[in-house]
Amino acid sequence: MATSFSSATIPLHGSQENRLLLPPIRLAPSSSSFLGSTRSLTIPSSRRLYHAHAARRSPVVGVQEVVKDKKITNTLLITKEEGLVLYEDMILGRSFEDMCAQMYYRGKMFGFVHLYNGQEAVSTGFIKLLTQSDSVVSTYRDHVHALSKGVSARAVMSELFGKVTGCCRGQGGSMHMFSKEHNVLGGFAFIGEGIPVATGAAFTSKYKREVLKQDCEDVTIAFFGDGTCNNGQFYECLNMAALYKLPIIFVVENNLWAIGMSHLRSTSDPEIWKKGPAFGMPGVHVDGMDVLKVREVAKEAVTRARRGEGPTLVECETYRFRGHSLADPDELRDAAEKAKYAARDPITALKKYLVENKLANEAELKSIEKKIDELVEEAVEFADASPQPGRSQLLENVFADPKGFGIGPDGRYRCEDPKFTEGTAQV
Amino acid sequence: MSAIIQGTGAATALTTLNSKKLVARSRTSLPGVDAGRRKRCIVAAGSDASKSFGSSSLLTLRHSHKLFANAVATKADTSATTTGHELLLFEALQEGLEEEMDRDPHVCVMGEDVGHYGGSYKVTKGLADKFGDLRVLDTPICENAFTGMGIGAAMTGLRPVIEGMNMGFLLLAFNQISNNCGMLHYTSGGQFTIPVVIRGPGGVGRQLGAEHSQRLESYFQSIPGIQMVACSTPYNAKGLMKAAIRSENPVILFEHVLLYNLKEKIPDEEYICNLEEAEMVRPGEHITILTYSRMRYHVMQAAKTLVNKGYDPEVIDIRSLKPFDLYTIGNSVKKTHRVLIVEECMRTGGIGASLTAAINENFHDYLDAPVMCLSSQDVPTPYAGTLEEWTVVQPAQIVTAVEQLCQ
Repeated sequence: MATSFSSATIPLHGSQENRLLLPPIRLAPSSSSFLGSTRSLTIPSSRRLYHAHAARRSPVVGVQEVVKDKKITNTLLITKEEGLVLYEDMILGRSFEDMCAQMYYRGKMFGFVHLYNGQEAVSTGFIKLLTQSDSVVSTYRDHVHALSKGVSARAVMSELFGKVTGCCRGQGGSMHMFSKEHNVLGGFAFIGEGIPVATGAAFTSKYKREVLKQDCEDVTIAFFGDGTCNNGQFYECLNMAALYKLPIIFVVENNLWAIGMSHLRSTSDPEIWKKGPAFGMPGVHVDGMDVLKVREVAKEAVTRARRGEGPTLVECETYRFRGHSLADPDELRDAAEKAKYAARDPITALKKYLVENKLANEAELKSIEKKIDELVEEAVEFADASPQPGRSQLLENVFADPKGFGIGPDGRYRCEDPKFTEGTAQV
Repeated sequence: MSAIIQGTGAATALTTLNSKKLVARSRTSLPGVDAGRRKRCIVAAGSDASKSFGSSSLLTLRHSHKLFANAVATKADTSATTTGHELLLFEALQEGLEEEMDRDPHVCVMGEDVGHYGGSYKVTKGLADKFGDLRVLDTPICENAFTGMGIGAAMTGLRPVIEGMNMGFLLLAFNQISNNCGMLHYTSGGQFTIPVVIRGPGGVGRQLGAEHSQRLESYFQSIPGIQMVACSTPYNAKGLMKAAIRSENPVILFEHVLLYNLKEKIPDEEYICNLEEAEMVRPGEHITILTYSRMRYHVMQAAKTLVNKGYDPEVIDIRSLKPFDLYTIGNSVKKTHRVLIVEECMRTGGIGASLTAAINENFHDYLDAPVMCLSSQDVPTPYAGTLEEWTVVQPAQIVTAVEQLCQ
């Protein structure tokens, strides 16, 4: 499928007919100065490269169009096994989120639930390249990141239902998915606040290698949205990650909308990938509706990080098929825009690729879908059957060392009070 | 039931230099103060190591207005030893930090100017040379991000000590401290621990202006999941630093800009101070005075006057601002039946306000008089020296308050 970013002046959302929707984005014109900068940029004739600015001669470049076409020469991008893994992961993400919506409207889960439908290619494309010891940091739209990383559907569903068997014992909820075992470092409700945490995890990697002299190649991936890219924490972390050459990949899931705020209305220069070279790291733009393209970019970025060459900023152009959250009526987005992206559904695209390239047949894919359906149903049953947290859980986990509750009037530590384990102690 | 009295009245120039004063040396102005520094002489003397309250360390601050404000600190029993070495408070912090970094290679420091510069208040001096640039990390000026980075590092196995160059700068890190530092252990269902230490100097200094004179303990105290301690002597500074680093909980260690050059003899052998316990500074019978950080010295100075007037105050340095050590405090209230809280926080919503509530809740029956709380005025700290003196509690006010309570 064609990507939206091709030659000279084109509208953001693909074909010429849609130009009426939004003003066209000018890409790499032959002579123009950088928005907001007094320095003029040298844009080479090849539209595939973008140099930071002439004076600095940075070897780091921003890449607009890394993978133009899925078929590179005659070799396929994936093997059959890989293809099926990717397909299964995306189907899991989609089915799970659809089930979440159902359960929410049936009153099984509450609060703010943000679904990932449509963006599966980004999660699958990146996370399926990671090992267990690599870390992933996400935002409130984190169910699928947790699933891709290996957290069981049961644990995530239970967490959403608020049961003890949830991955966070029911204490986190939809927006706070954590897993020590699979190195999912959250799940954060405020946008941007996970990025420094991801930077810290990457710092630990580097520290282990250089100070503790351990063999550590762990990388960290931070996922966040277009709205976050206007937040200070993002820029502060780009600076530190590039400065210390941390093994981190900043993945922008640009779905063009921050609740009801269009990316173009809130951002002076909407091309987020350009912000990478400003800090001395490569900035890459990729079609986030195509899992294979995402995967190719991810491979390069992860390899860079593992080799100790530092961070990468990857902007994935993607789209969420549902509203911002289950409480969002989603009235602002144009139906034509939604239809256009629905036609680029990543799951349909991968299915088409697998079948066309004889990597799998319909029956195999159908069986995967069936398997996932059963898995998700079973997860719901498990979550339903699990118990709610008891009162005794209230005061646990506030402190890693419960002596932090202090010394009571009777001279004993409050945590030694029997009422403490019952959750009824006065603290 | 409790009366909270603000500091009022003119500042009195106190010139009670007693015969035990030992002039050590003069110090130039505090590092980190920028161009246009005034010469400041801070004189501190070591104690004579006697066990009774008669031993004293003297802190004299003199500045160009020739206002003498003396404070007398009594050594706690446990800290005075005949062997030991003398050092200043910032050196004690450095010693504690260095010992912990030697002991555990996962302990690291991050903050602005902690590495090559040695720290604005010299707490990390020499550490970067010894441990390297990655273990003593000079960060760019981005409090929110580097505090978050420390938290992420703590979640993945390190034990960072995050320095705020001035505690007030950590207001920029409030997002990370409240949401992540305090909460992630709970929201992750206990999966991730965050053994960070967040430390830095705060409090009202010498005409540093409103923004550099903030007392953040009152803003942080509501955050669930963190502990707060305040050091006041070289002995407890080193002890609390070590305990905070070893603790699995996130701990905020409050230092005070004016106390860095206090001198004291501390033990050679290794020791740590309990994070949750308060320190008995001076046992007494008539009234309990609860205080922490710099106000300890104002209280002890007032104590000298009170003793001369025939009162016997019991002075407790609460040290643990969150949680309160209600055992030590309670035993004292049960003995004296009168409580005076002296703090540097603002009157509204400060540590004293919480402590007043806690005492009233728990020890109401033992009180013969309302709990009185002397706090700083609810005023942005003015630059002018005279105005600044009137915003904080002075020893004369403490004496008046005690006399009032003990009627």
